[in-house]
Amino acid sequence: MKNNYSIFSLLKNSLSYHENWQQAWRDPEPKKEYEAVIVGGGGHGLATAFYLAKKHNMKNIAVVEKGWIGGGNTGRNTTIIRSNYLWDASAGLYDHALKLWENLSQEINYNVMFSQRGVMNLAHNLQDVRDLKRRTHANRLNGIDAVWLSTEEVKKFCPIINTSPDIRYPVLGGTLQRRAGTARHDAVAWGYARGADAMGVDIIQNCEVKGIKRINDAVEGLETTKGFIKTKKIGVVAAGHSSVIANMAGIRLPLESKPLQALVSEPVKPIIDTVVMSNAVHAYVSQSDKGELVIGAGTDAYVSYTQRGSHDVVEGTLKAILELYPIFSRMKMLRQWGGIVDICPDASPIISKTSIKGLYFNCGWGTGGFKATPGSGDLFAHTIANDEPHALNAAFNINRFVSGDLVDEHGAAAVAH
Amino acid sequence: MFIITCPFCGERDQSEFSAGGEAHIVRPKQPTELSDDEWADFLFMRKNIKGIQFERWNHAHGCRKWFNVVRDTSNDKIYAVYKMGEKPPSN
Amino acid sequence: MSENFRSTETKFLDKTNRISFKYNGKKYYGYKGDTLASALLSNGVHLIGRSFKYHRPRGIMTCGSEEPNAIVQIGGNGPFTEPNVRATEQEIYEGLEASSQNCWPNVKFDVGGINNFISPVIPAGFYYKTFMWPKKLWYSLYEPAIRMSAGLGKSPTQPDPELYDHNYLHCDVLVVGGGISGIIAASISADNGNNTVLIDDKNSLGGSTIFQDDENFKIDDEISSVWLNNQIKNIKNKKNLIIKHRTSLAAYHSYNYLLARENLGDHKSLNERSNKLRQRLWKIRAKKVILATGSIERPLIFNNNDRPGVMLANSVKKYIDYFGVRCGNKNVIFTNNDSAYETAISLNKKGINVTIVDIRNYSSSILVKNAKNAGIKIYWNHTVVDTKGYRRIKSIQIMEMSNDGTNVIGSKINLVCDNLSISGGWTPMVHLFTQSGGKLKFRDSDQVFLPNIAMSDQISIGSCNGNFELDDIIKNTISDCKNFLSSSTTDFDLIKVSCPKQKENKNIWLLPNDKPLGKTKPFLDFQNDSTAKDIKLAMREGFRSIEHVKRYTTTGMGTDQGKLANMHALGIISETAGVKMGSLGTTTFRPPYTPLTFGTIVGRNVGTFFDITRKTPMHAWHENHKAKFENVGQWKRAWFYPKGNENMDQSVQRESKAARESAGILDASTLGKIDIKGTDASEFLNRVYTNAWSKLGIGKCRYGLMLNEDGMVYDDGVTTRLSENHYLMTTTTGGAANVLSKLEDYLQTEWPELDVWLTSVTDHFATASVCGPNSKNILKKLFPNIEFNDETFPHMSFKNAELDGIHCRIMRISFTGEHSYEINIESKYGKSLWEKCMDAGKEFNITPYGTETMHLLRAEKGFIIVGQDTDGTMTPIDLQMDWIVSKKKYDFIGKRSLYRSDTMREDRKQLVGLLTDNPSEILEEGAQIVQDEKKQPIEMLGHVTSSYFSPNLNKSIALAVVKNGKKLKGQKLLVPMKDKTIKVTVSDFIFFDSKNERLNA
Repeated sequence: MKNNYSIFSLLKNSLSYHENWQQAWRDPEPKKEYEAVIVGGGGHGLATAFYLAKKHNMKNIAVVEKGWIGGGNTGRNTTIIRSNYLWDASAGLYDHALKLWENLSQEINYNVMFSQRGVMNLAHNLQDVRDLKRRTHANRLNGIDAVWLSTEEVKKFCPIINTSPDIRYPVLGGTLQRRAGTARHDAVAWGYARGADAMGVDIIQNCEVKGIKRINDAVEGLETTKGFIKTKKIGVVAAGHSSVIANMAGIRLPLESKPLQALVSEPVKPIIDTVVMSNAVHAYVSQSDKGELVIGAGTDAYVSYTQRGSHDVVEGTLKAILELYPIFSRMKMLRQWGGIVDICPDASPIISKTSIKGLYFNCGWGTGGFKATPGSGDLFAHTIANDEPHALNAAFNINRFVSGDLVDEHGAAAVAH
Repeated sequence: MFIITCPFCGERDQSEFSAGGEAHIVRPKQPTELSDDEWADFLFMRKNIKGIQFERWNHAHGCRKWFNVVRDTSNDKIYAVYKMGEKPPSN
Repeated sequence: MSENFRSTETKFLDKTNRISFKYNGKKYYGYKGDTLASALLSNGVHLIGRSFKYHRPRGIMTCGSEEPNAIVQIGGNGPFTEPNVRATEQEIYEGLEASSQNCWPNVKFDVGGINNFISPVIPAGFYYKTFMWPKKLWYSLYEPAIRMSAGLGKSPTQPDPELYDHNYLHCDVLVVGGGISGIIAASISADNGNNTVLIDDKNSLGGSTIFQDDENFKIDDEISSVWLNNQIKNIKNKKNLIIKHRTSLAAYHSYNYLLARENLGDHKSLNERSNKLRQRLWKIRAKKVILATGSIERPLIFNNNDRPGVMLANSVKKYIDYFGVRCGNKNVIFTNNDSAYETAISLNKKGINVTIVDIRNYSSSILVKNAKNAGIKIYWNHTVVDTKGYRRIKSIQIMEMSNDGTNVIGSKINLVCDNLSISGGWTPMVHLFTQSGGKLKFRDSDQVFLPNIAMSDQISIGSCNGNFELDDIIKNTISDCKNFLSSSTTDFDLIKVSCPKQKENKNIWLLPNDKPLGKTKPFLDFQNDSTAKDIKLAMREGFRSIEHVKRYTTTGMGTDQGKLANMHALGIISETAGVKMGSLGTTTFRPPYTPLTFGTIVGRNVGTFFDITRKTPMHAWHENHKAKFENVGQWKRAWFYPKGNENMDQSVQRESKAARESAGILDASTLGKIDIKGTDASEFLNRVYTNAWSKLGIGKCRYGLMLNEDGMVYDDGVTTRLSENHYLMTTTTGGAANVLSKLEDYLQTEWPELDVWLTSVTDHFATASVCGPNSKNILKKLFPNIEFNDETFPHMSFKNAELDGIHCRIMRISFTGEHSYEINIESKYGKSLWEKCMDAGKEFNITPYGTETMHLLRAEKGFIIVGQDTDGTMTPIDLQMDWIVSKKKYDFIGKRSLYRSDTMREDRKQLVGLLTDNPSEILEEGAQIVQDEKKQPIEMLGHVTSSYFSPNLNKSIALAVVKNGKKLKGQKLLVPMKDKTIKVTVSDFIFFDSKNERLNA
């Protein structure tokens, strides 16, 4: 039994100078065989393992991670969580995740600092207004708490936005989802890892997958830098590197991996207490609980695995930030970085079986995967355990690219691809 | 930001170019003959290689010509540039 | 406080130029050339701020960009305010205002200091373990409290009054860093005929050698600082060399693309900043780069090593030797290497009391010998175990160390002091090298990471390449530069250098203490208050990767980005885990090297210059006639023309009626226009549009629909066959650029065999669209030589014409359903054309109408707008435009996709008309449509895409896409709004003149 985390355990441990805390997770060597192996120790992969163990009683499983857990896009994103998506399928998926977020700290006994400070999406032209209103109506009927705000209401909700009609692309209104917000990204990976480990899941870091062994059309196991691991079920949650794993299995995915950049400012006292996104002027910003402005930039338009993007993208984003928040001109960028995001043609993810038996993919989250972490893990676990999708992820199958039944969320995705 | 040597204009900053994705995916001459799977393969499926990739670029803010580039997507190093219709370098 | 600590003469400051400034409201004085830190120290001020987590008092530690503690708010509360400015970099100017951050009510008495007392309960990552129960308190209490304690300085709250600039720089060789190695490199490079740029972040060149007056450091028989000073004079006259002061390199991207920030105004008083230009961002493309970024001194990690008055030894040396400022009257130097002895000797020479504590057993360095000879007391094999003093260090306690260095023995010795200068060795600044993609190697002897494999054409020289001794620095710099720049001889080939060599390396990352670790506070990251025990706690809890430890403990996450802390974090991890440091790797060094102002990154692209504004040739006329404008992409389009006090609805109703009753005129210049020429032009159109083009007669126009390869509607417009092999295509306003790119792509890559040439002519022609029953009469007046009748000039045809001798193209086409002409003329005559139309139309009450009326009129006719009635998910079949999809053509872009299982479904969303049961009720565009409100989950059938009150039909009309809509005609549906539900009936989507009789009226 692991330490329970609470103020009491903190007080108790302070008496022994915190020298008796247990490991949050073990550092095991891989066993010869597992019931299932999850490839990728990011938030989605760890959540998948957690729910496989918790809800499907699959405890003889492992998560293999090339580097350190949470070191990919989980630790590189701008931590925005919301569910105000247009189509029913997406709304169902993301709101399922949002509901899990609302109890996640308690569920995994790890404070993920989920902060429901609201997410506001701004409209800057008449078509933006139509699109956002359309989305707001759809959200309302789907039970998602999005409301339309006039320009004055936008200003009232976030007074530092420049709502002057004289700017190049004036704010014509916006939508607000109050249940939306942010969470502490690292904590999500660590909390799920700790929870999964406690149920017996092996989390194996510094273990890179080198090949997927299959016999006929079924998987047999994985070649890794820590040796061969036998398993009949492989769930790949490798984000930007999904295609690399797919190529090992001899299948192709409808993905392109591109650098997405983000940056933070130096920390300042609270100045903006919500998340504001703008597609047309292309900037989104929130403030972390350390005080840094967290700003999302766009993707570069070419495939790259360098985790570095071009300066143009950052410059363009800050240009947009200063258009909407001229007061930030003297703020300073502290750090910029890139993550590799795997983008689907319809800006929706894939949570699906494949043509190979026992091989499952959870990928294509593009620029917006963090918000879905708990839901994605839960539904992917269901898909792996039952070899059938859950109703909530049925629409996100790979076959939609053959039939044409896409879930086009370009309008609702944060970054115009 | 890397530098691309346009085969028509010479060395220019990457910001003058736009990327066109994986190269040598030829549009089928007889689309109606293809199965839905084959058509989906042409439309959407990509190798998305980490490593040496053959890809298309357009000198969008220059001569507007399309051409091919061989680039290592893991470090953005460019190994070759060649015109449309020319044979890709073999090594 | 009145004591003056500026005790010695210095040639580096202009003592005739006394400057006053305010710190925490109190007035102080310094001299031109002082940093805020040196000026405060000269006034005896050491307490600068409070740390982030425990609110411990902190002072000035360093003299450069690595400063973790002495960060202040400058510029008061006004528009010039700036948070988190390093006092060690900010030059003082007359009237400068600075204040402490993260403290309330003030830096001396800070309520947040209570955190220091509860620190035992709030170790690294404590917040992950608590604040979860009861859940509701998270929202009402815990989270707001955490948020309240966020941040250091305060964000500005007013727009920035200053300007920023961008400039491009191309050079053969860029030298980064104006210390001794950078100066030698720049000199060699320029002499070798290279166009060279040397940048340095300080206001003067010379690095730390420029204040090295020790007799033991000699170059060509001169004291090193004297020699260097002469070199600096020399290079200023070199032809090929540009020197940029106050310019710090921010980012080093691949392909030798670098960004540097030049500070133009921050050191000037507000009065002197007359041109308002504050900073300039240099975008540099260098053929070769020489990094000479130096190294920074390491602190030592021991209990309570964070008090104001604890400083890095070499910084103390700079303050006394460069700024002439004593950092204390009673100094203790605590070191593990010889370089700190230089500080001791400097202080001693100036008559300042100094004692040395050295963790080593001995050192045979000449510096040590000189220190001993000067009578300086040295405690060998000792370590500091504690410090006292709340707002300024008052004393330290030292103890002897066991032979293996893991423990302390014997009794404590108390040393009274007001300054503790610490030196834990040196860390090469490899940040820029790694930013550029370079790979590092680890040198065990002095435990440093060094540049190993570079990804671009560059070298690192001097101490950033691990050369710490003057003779190594100079000789390696010369030979490395000769190799790198292929120069056979230099002015320095015969150089003679003598200097002390570093003897006896010893390094302990976490120094031993008599107390258990848990009872001590050995700080690593001073700004974020992470301690050695936090690192150990993280490791105990299973965080092994350096990135994990960093994130869990927040080490290296402050405004200094771990310049001081990161090596010790690695060292302690390696010591604790028993893993070799070289195998741990480092954390990633991310740009920028030092924080970069948003304004600098954005430059002039603010306000009016945020984005290009495209205006039509008639724009001025619209402005003069009070038009309201709509942004469509980058275009400004006239939206409506209010008369008197009209609101938009009233204007639109008036404009719409006028256009149908007599005549209206629209500025259609923004529509994309592509000129298509070539013998295969018809075949090309066949392939890109869904309909057939081969048989279109010369002089005829045809509407075309373009799909994406996925079968979804992409763009539309009318194309005219001007001659046998010459077409003019029009596109939507927003789609023009993308359509051209797409067509070029197909032409060059898929169909290179086609003889077709595309040219964008959007900006070449202005277009006035005249519509309405009197349009013909107006055109007759304008073009008396043209026969306007349905036989010679039928609908969907074109004629060349002349207007006062200027060539025009007239297309008889209609987007309103009215008899209508589009007149195209060379752009520069656009306004004149418009005015002539207005004149000619006056007798017919010609009414200018904007985009809103255009949208209404076309909606009455059921014409779609791509992007409004479509959203990338609609096929032509969905739009009930089967008529335009050729069944005969073998192929066109997107055709195959129309035959997939989902696109062939009969019950897809389809374009329909909607009529509200209450004809005066107007639907909201974007509203959703359902059949059964009570069904759960509710099934949304589609949404309203366009909706207007039609003045010509005197009722509300709407276009919508509805699931299985084709079959629902006549059926009742519901549009549920937030506060009501609107009943609608599905109708045909052509509401007006369904027989197209008005086209020929």
